[in-house]
Amino acid sequence: METQMNNKLLEALQGNFPGKILQAETPYGFLTIEIPPADNVEIVSWLQNHEKWDMNFMTDLCGIHYPENEGKEIGVVYHLHSFKNNLRMRIKAFMPKDKAEIQTMTGLFAAANWMERETYDFYGIQFTGHPDLRRILNVDNMDYFPMLKEYALEDETRTDKTDKFFGR
Amino acid sequence: MVNTGDKPEGFEGEGFFATSLGKVIGLARANSLWPLPFATSCCGIEFMATMASNYDLGRFGSERLSFSPRQADLLMVMGTIAKKMAPVLKQVYDQMAEPKWVLSVGACACSGGIFDSYSVLQGIDKVIPVDVYVPGCPPRPEQIIEGLMKIQEMAKGESLRRRDSDEYKRMLESYHIETS
Ligand code: SF4
Repeated sequence: METQMNNKLLEALQGNFPGKILQAETPYGFLTIEIPPADNVEIVSWLQNHEKWDMNFMTDLCGIHYPENEGKEIGVVYHLHSFKNNLRMRIKAFMPKDKAEIQTMTGLFAAANWMERETYDFYGIQFTGHPDLRRILNVDNMDYFPMLKEYALEDETRTDKTDKFFGR
Repeated sequence: MVNTGDKPEGFEGEGFFATSLGKVIGLARANSLWPLPFATSCCGIEFMATMASNYDLGRFGSERLSFSPRQADLLMVMGTIAKKMAPVLKQVYDQMAEPKWVLSVGACACSGGIFDSYSVLQGIDKVIPVDVYVPGCPPRPEQIIEGLMKIQEMAKGESLRRRDSDEYKRMLESYHIETS
């Protein structure tokens, strides 16, 4: 049943957006597609407003960093949920690190507002068109994006935990 | 059982007892500390046990918790302090009236604990002066009580002029805390 729905949804997407569904898989029965970052609003708004699919709830929006994927280091992941169909799906869009920019979803889902602020806060992804893209969880004067995989694991402000005490 | 404070040094005779004012005040302060619990995480749970009837901080004259910094003598910081929380902690300390003491409970408050991380303050002594450190993750209530008793000793022995001394002012200034 679930697989049927997933397949139909994928077919519908491929039919409507030829060439824009870059990748599709269903890990644990959870349809996951990759789309070009420039088309995120178009595809999600189609899903949201579609009479049949009716993806009316944005469960989650988050970022991810794969330093080894050249040209596609930074990702944004959307989780959508259709209450009517009891169906969930995941949409990923990847961008190069030096141009981590994507259109905001705040026009479609009010819930995207804070989630995009959080994603910006931790990954530095610019959501163009976001009404108020400020840090939300970290201290306001922080000057780096802490979840990027490019920092030492331990905090530099530590002073009393020298390696000498830990046998390192 | 009623506990009474130990009598300070002094002269005693038929119907009178003479000692210095500082000692009497120290005795009063030490046995009626009003703590402000700044409990942010797991160590705060341990504090709840400390406050409850089994361990009963009330035996030490501290049953009256003060949730207003203006009326508190002792700031008990228990738990992980995120960097974003640091200005709040400092403001609470600022608002307390002299004389005031600070008890740092648990590895997190003392040094950041296991959280060597971008978001956690590596010890509250980065922003406010601390009088007594209680180690442990979390410390048992007995350890928290021992910390409180250490504070009591400090309060008892403290000279009345200590807070006016240049040394004390310099110490506060080193934390960028305004002195009047
Ligand atoms: S010291 Fe341990 S128990 Fe206390 S707040 Fe930190 S992690 Fe929790």
